[in-house]
Amino acid sequence: MALDDTKKIKDFKVVGTRPNRPDGIDKVTGRARFGADMVAPGMLTGRVLRSPHAHARILRIDTSKAEALPGVKAVVTRADFGDVPDHVANVIDNCMAGDKALYDGHAVAAIAANSAAVARKALKLIEVEYEVLPHVTDVDEAMKPGAPVLHEGWQQETVPEGYSGNVISRVEFGHGDIEAGLAKADRVVERTYRTGATHQGYIEPHACLATMSADGQGDLWVCTQGHYMVRNVCAAILGMEQGQLRVTASEIGGGFGGKTVVFLEPVALMLAKKSGRPVKMVMSRSEVLRATGPTASTSIDVRIGMTKEGRITAAFAELRYQGGAYPGSPVDMGSMSAFAPYDLENVKTVGWDVVSNRPKAAAYRAPGAPMAAFAVESAIDELAKGFGLDPLAVRLMNGAKEGTKASYGPTYPAIGLMATLEAAHKHPHWTAPLGENQGRGVACGFWFNFGGDTCVSLNVTPDGTVTVSEGNPDIGGSRASMTMMAAEELGIPYDQVRTIIADTGSLGQNEVTDGSRVTFAVGLATIEAARAAKREMCKRAAMIWGIDEEAVEWEDGAARPAGPNAGKFPPMTIKEIAAVASNTGGPIAGHHEVTAEGAGVSFGTHMVDVEVDPDTGATKILRYTVFQDAGRAVHPAYVEGQFQGGAVQGIGWALNEEYIYGEDGILQNAGFLDYRIPVASDLPMIDTVILEIPNPGHPYGVRGVGETPIVPPLAAVANAVSAAAGVRMTRLPMSPPRVLAAIQAAKG
Amino acid sequence: MSRIHVTTTVNGDETEFLCDAEATLLDVLRDELGLTGTKEGCGTGDCGACSVTVDGRLVCSCLMLGAEAEGREITTIEGMAAGEVLHPLQQKFIEMAALQCGICTPGILVAAKSLLERNPDPSEEEVRYWLAGNLCRCTGYDKIIRAVMETAADLRRAS
Amino acid sequence: MRYEAPQDVEAAVRILAAEQGAYVLAGGTDLLVKLRSDMIEPEVVVDIKRIAGMKAITAEDGGWRIGAAVSGAEMGEHASLVADWPGVVEAAGLIGSTQVQGRATLAGNLCNASPAADSVPAMVAAGAVVRVVGPKGTRDVAVIDIPKSPGKTTLEAGEFIASVFLPARGTRSGDAYLRFIPRTEMDIAVVGCGISLSLDEEGRVTAARVALGAVGPKVILVEAAAAAIKRRVLDEATLSDLAEACSKAATPIDDKRGTVDFRRHVAGVLARRAAVIAEARAKGEKA
Repeated sequence: MALDDTKKIKDFKVVGTRPNRPDGIDKVTGRARFGADMVAPGMLTGRVLRSPHAHARILRIDTSKAEALPGVKAVVTRADFGDVPDHVANVIDNCMAGDKALYDGHAVAAIAANSAAVARKALKLIEVEYEVLPHVTDVDEAMKPGAPVLHEGWQQETVPEGYSGNVISRVEFGHGDIEAGLAKADRVVERTYRTGATHQGYIEPHACLATMSADGQGDLWVCTQGHYMVRNVCAAILGMEQGQLRVTASEIGGGFGGKTVVFLEPVALMLAKKSGRPVKMVMSRSEVLRATGPTASTSIDVRIGMTKEGRITAAFAELRYQGGAYPGSPVDMGSMSAFAPYDLENVKTVGWDVVSNRPKAAAYRAPGAPMAAFAVESAIDELAKGFGLDPLAVRLMNGAKEGTKASYGPTYPAIGLMATLEAAHKHPHWTAPLGENQGRGVACGFWFNFGGDTCVSLNVTPDGTVTVSEGNPDIGGSRASMTMMAAEELGIPYDQVRTIIADTGSLGQNEVTDGSRVTFAVGLATIEAARAAKREMCKRAAMIWGIDEEAVEWEDGAARPAGPNAGKFPPMTIKEIAAVASNTGGPIAGHHEVTAEGAGVSFGTHMVDVEVDPDTGATKILRYTVFQDAGRAVHPAYVEGQFQGGAVQGIGWALNEEYIYGEDGILQNAGFLDYRIPVASDLPMIDTVILEIPNPGHPYGVRGVGETPIVPPLAAVANAVSAAAGVRMTRLPMSPPRVLAAIQAAKG
Repeated sequence: MSRIHVTTTVNGDETEFLCDAEATLLDVLRDELGLTGTKEGCGTGDCGACSVTVDGRLVCSCLMLGAEAEGREITTIEGMAAGEVLHPLQQKFIEMAALQCGICTPGILVAAKSLLERNPDPSEEEVRYWLAGNLCRCTGYDKIIRAVMETAADLRRAS
Repeated sequence: MRYEAPQDVEAAVRILAAEQGAYVLAGGTDLLVKLRSDMIEPEVVVDIKRIAGMKAITAEDGGWRIGAAVSGAEMGEHASLVADWPGVVEAAGLIGSTQVQGRATLAGNLCNASPAADSVPAMVAAGAVVRVVGPKGTRDVAVIDIPKSPGKTTLEAGEFIASVFLPARGTRSGDAYLRFIPRTEMDIAVVGCGISLSLDEEGRVTAARVALGAVGPKVILVEAAAAAIKRRVLDEATLSDLAEACSKAATPIDDKRGTVDFRRHVAGVLARRAAVIAEARAKGEKA
């Protein structure tokens, strides 16, 4: 759907303002109901038994003692699910191990009991006999011939000979001739970069409450980024028809991609089915870290050639991502996004999808992109500094713009990369003085942004207020954005619209809340639904006035004759039209169903100052500024919030966050004590600069903004730390022991 | 195993409950008393989502047994607003978009209120360190810190 | 599990002595974590907070007696205690968050017997002595003698710590504790260093105690470090000798929080920095 050319930015009345969010009071008073906050009469407590081994064949599971314990109402293992359709086979195997436990924490059985104490006791009574197998958790080790193989025979034809069976597939993107391009360079940087696996770190653990009736109807309350996905996947696993399973999304306490897949849900439904009672399951924090979906750890080779003037002549990257125990690491998106910010004649990326004995990776905010950007933006920084060039000027020289053929294929329409770079270049932060042991880093980042299946239903109530039903969990204020866009389109005040997240019984299919799609796609559908309602209201007014429908137009919340020839009638407001709707054809509504396209890619540039303690290797973030194109910022405060939150997650990834596995393949830091996400005292304020280069694919010009902000910070911080420490850091996280060791090694 | 009878005060109301010896104050608040505004993010005192005050002292309710509440005065997020009138911190958090998903918000508000009761004029650094035990993964803390500082300034002007 | 909240020491000792699986509950910030993660399965938990004196900070012989249930926050709010032993109070104040500070205690930090306990090197440097009560009566034990190995103490069955005594501060004396953590808060010490020292009128060190945490199976009192600075002013050469002595005394391991090399090096860095703070305090300068 194209950008409205009639809607100029100055015409917006609601979009671009900062109203209070509709769910604000519930969330500051504790009334908002999250996943674990729901109860049902007769509810049981469900708990999961998890593998203590990184890789083991399950020889036998004896649940008889647990079943005999008074208070235990159901026990479930993989056998209860039987054969499932192919497209959900890996999903259920990840939720409940089959022949093999593939990682520390992999679920092997679950029970439902009438109290948490009984449930705990029962778990200890389940006997599992394992044959412990050799394991591998490192991506480079997993690829080597001779590595312990997780799945025999899963390797695809895209993989050449000479790799272990853990290498599942290979992808390739690009154009031009790398070797010819490199030959034209004055210098070529060739380096290997590594990143640790990180977790989304949402504060709310996974939780759900399931009920199943004997007639096959199920209900599920769950914290998820996509309750339609939960419905479809669970129905397939349990052999139900989708219409028989109603899923309601709770308020969601963070997700960042980690709640785009199921973990507990099919298990809770099966426990509910077997027990005939509602079953509530809530993960502990250690379960969240051990057994949900962290991101991939990576190993990336980069080769970039540059002329001494700063022009990139060729760029190549080979990306190896281990995505845990099942195929599907985000290496494809890493490979596509690695060079997306640049206008390059010769560019190529090769990506390898690798499995290892870790929990299967789920999406994490711009999945796959931050690691690739870390490698590429570090190499570009090194080249620029090697030539004594301004790193922002180098990016301005090579940056992608409208008409650039992207490294992953498409040719860009209007995009905002250059605007972010220009804003960064003239920002006072760029020229602010730095002290001793301090350094500044910049980096760019890109995200595709998604569209996808979307339904919105907008109803005009008899008193002329409006309700909007949408199907995407509100993860950071999107109800406010939808309300604003509906109010804008209808020409009525913000407080006359209320938006709810409807259950799966109320709307058609909705893609999950991912890919920064919601404000774009649901917004687009909301606008169209409002337009449909306006058309209907114009029709009703025309009927009342006895004139042609085409002779009525909508403006400022009222139907009006379109011109002097249409007749002289006073405007009919939405309230007046709604009040008589029963006499003019019945209730008034608008709805829109679409597979949204034209999401509009998004770019950002980040700038950061750090100070490195040369005696301890500790890094302090001194100043941080985010520059990003939002297309059109619907609610600027929440756009800023996305920029700030993404930047800080990236800072955590850069400095301290990391899955640490022991030699035994056991996760050593399954808690917030040693999985170190940034705390308030680690940070300065995060300054933001919103650029607005309208997305040609949205009526108001909206682009998704949520994911791009996590793409640049890894590299921006690494470039700053490298400058401050005087030594190039190529491995994340840049924990103090690593930085100190690098400083000492550089000293000799 | 008999349950323990506890008499305590929760948000100003005398309250009785029965709990297992193992039950934490958080378990009691959420599962026995239906006060689910207090959240569990970690159960180990590392995230602050379960913050409440006990006799005016800020604590993690996951690190205290329910039985210890005997004779104490507990205040939770549900006791922060006076009926329909929000506490100034609650109002400011909404106005300044100092929450995204909202799961950490109750704990942060309880903690911030406790800070302002002790220190009506905290520096940014003092706010950041006081709230260091309240993890927020959405906001990067920026708007939270600003909202606390602005509320403090408003309250100082009003007094 | 049972929960008991005795009103006096004798009753507490009786319960503790009678049952194998009895655990003392003061602040509970370690106990509840262990309980929840199934690391322990107590028969009974004995809450000592209702025993008279457990929540008291009292002046004694020019020093301070701190009840076993006094929280870090309560210590931080006690101006006279802070004036005398800022290093110990700050060390206790580093344990966990503001919320944890509302509950966590010196005695608990010591009895948890983690090699990385923040308050322990500071107490050892201060020469603190704990009062142990038990079935055989009362005894006073130097803090350094309480930890045995990670997670284990020298306390005998039925015994618990009733109070911690910090001796008289003395003139021209000061203490300091510094730790290294990857973040600014909420972490377990990768290295910790407590120093207490006294100066003569020329600024020469007359007495010193230097203790390291997280670089061995238990807290280390580094006699060589104290010897390295005694009778000297804390100039660059002295501080280098102090740092070297501390690095040398450290016997750390590689783990998820740090490496051997890192810990050794940083032990010296922290000792040097802590000494400078303690010196300033001894001179009555603000630090």
